[in-house]
Amino acid sequence: MRTTIASALLVLALSAPTALAGGPRSAAQSQVQFGIEVAQRGLWKEALYRWEKAVELDPTYPAAYNNLAVAYEHEGMFEKARKAYDKAIELDPKNASIRQNYEYFKEINDRASRRTPR
Amino acid sequence: MTARAAALLASVVAAVGLAACASTIEIPLETPIQAKIDTSPFQRVLVAGFIAGGSEEVDANLEMVRLLRSQLRTKSNLRVIEADVIPLTDVAAQQPPADGGAPGAAAPAPTVDPKTLPKQIKDEKDLDAYDYVFANAGYWKKLGEEFQSPLIVTGTVLFTPYARSGFVQREHETVDAYGRRSVEPYRAYMDRKGFILRPKFVFIDGRTGAILNSEVFREEVLYNPNQDTPALSSYFELMDRLIPGFLGTLTSQKIRGTRVLLK
Repeated sequence: MRTTIASALLVLALSAPTALAGGPRSAAQSQVQFGIEVAQRGLWKEALYRWEKAVELDPTYPAAYNNLAVAYEHEGMFEKARKAYDKAIELDPKNASIRQNYEYFKEINDRASRRTPR
Repeated sequence: MTARAAALLASVVAAVGLAACASTIEIPLETPIQAKIDTSPFQRVLVAGFIAGGSEEVDANLEMVRLLRSQLRTKSNLRVIEADVIPLTDVAAQQPPADGGAPGAAAPAPTVDPKTLPKQIKDEKDLDAYDYVFANAGYWKKLGEEFQSPLIVTGTVLFTPYARSGFVQREHETVDAYGRRSVEPYRAYMDRKGFILRPKFVFIDGRTGAILNSEVFREEVLYNPNQDTPALSSYFELMDRLIPGFLGTLTSQKIRGTRVLLK
């Protein structure tokens, strides 16, 4: 697993100069892409870190917020996930994938926070 | 660089290359949901009994207790107490609790005249009249003492027949001269009947008699008129849908699903 991360980091490092040359969106895209790679390998904490970086680099990048929200969900951080989804929808209101993710999230979040008065 | 590392690097590069072709990636996700009650102070759980109403075809109190006990036996760390099911409706009617008495009680129980209780529980309003039972900390504390201070699960359950008419989406399958099948949707007006299950689970601290949590669920099922589904089958079908929610109150769970990652 360590070798996988090392290899992936190498790929990221190799692509970094190009990304930086392309401005904040390009740099953020590299972080998002790397985050996806590690998330697919089950390394969600690393993915979370990458997507947090991505929104720092480009706070107008809806995909980064969407992915960040998914990572927060995975970690059980529902309030942060909701805020990230809200931001993603605000930035790209017509994106069906973000809306679909958000609908699934709301279902789980409602269930988690569901309480009735005594 | 070893051959293995080279292969891994190649796979990562290939994966990056492939992923670059698509702008969305579906990924499986396990979302953790924390239990709503801290059950660590308890070693045992007593599913005491339920105030039940609605259809007489199913003994909703008995069936609820049996099902919850069997679920808790396999899906929780608590030891399930096997005791007689308390006929809570009778208890409430015959011995209306006098006061909340116990220290730590959530609220004192109001005085209720048993004569005002509905003889037959047909709807939610009838059930609400029995709510005072759960606020009687004295009663539950005493029951807890009998069973070494367990977590007590009780509540109400309403299982009622239900009918609804309206348009429903149906599918019509046709086979053409070449044997090709095609399915066409159409809308049809139908009288359908089924059941509604509305349980309220109340979790009580057997040490103090205080309510820890309560949750109301509601599920319904409708069948086509030509379907003759026994009430007990419907009851279990609806309970199947509710059980994860019930267990989620007591145990941490992971909900499996998928999400779409974007580039």
